[in-house]
Amino acid sequence: MIEYALNFGFICVAVALLMNLWRLSKGPTIADRVLAVDTMAINAIALLVLYGISRATSMYFEGALLFAMFGFVSTVAYCKFVLRGDIIE
Amino acid sequence: MPFIAELVISVLIVIGGLFLLIGSFGMLKLRELLPRLHAPTKATTVGVGGILIASMLFFWIERGHFTIHELLITLFLFLTAPITANLIAKAYLLRHVDPHADLPKSGQDEGWATFDPVGPDGYDPSEEYKPDQK
Repeated sequence: MIEYALNFGFICVAVALLMNLWRLSKGPTIADRVLAVDTMAINAIALLVLYGISRATSMYFEGALLFAMFGFVSTVAYCKFVLRGDIIE
Repeated sequence: MPFIAELVISVLIVIGGLFLLIGSFGMLKLRELLPRLHAPTKATTVGVGGILIASMLFFWIERGHFTIHELLITLFLFLTAPITANLIAKAYLLRHVDPHADLPKSGQDEGWATFDPVGPDGYDPSEEYKPDQK
């Protein structure tokens, strides 16, 4: 049963990533694109965790943790750059 | 693996996937950035939380010992999602919203903090920022 649920989860996350990609290419403002990249990072975390469950290995957990950290740091850096014109003042 | 454990893990994965899909669809569907900000920051956080709890239960039942290191990602996302939403909203306000035409009065001596760095005592922190003079 877990296999079917995993397939469903993979399809959901793949469609969600395509939607984020659409918003990233379309998005009228810079903030829309930053939001799309942030959501893509969260969807990538979910994809890595689902793949780790399907392979029954916890090796992909570190990758997911790195995605969580760098997604947050890159979003904050980009917003700081838009807000202040500089990242580290 | 017992049937009830498989059932719980499958339901958590399906709920998580659905919430991720709903969050991304909301980001695609809503009309401008400030409503659009609600969908990914709330629904997506719940979705990824469900998938991480499913992963935690799966490895607990598969390996036989309980670890909470998936909760690290959950905790990290729950802490950082409001901060990123706040920063994106501030960047959008600064770029695309006119504080005099679009916003109500703040009701204080100073204006809204995103636009007006001058405090009520007249202290302007941006005057101290001179990057060319070291």
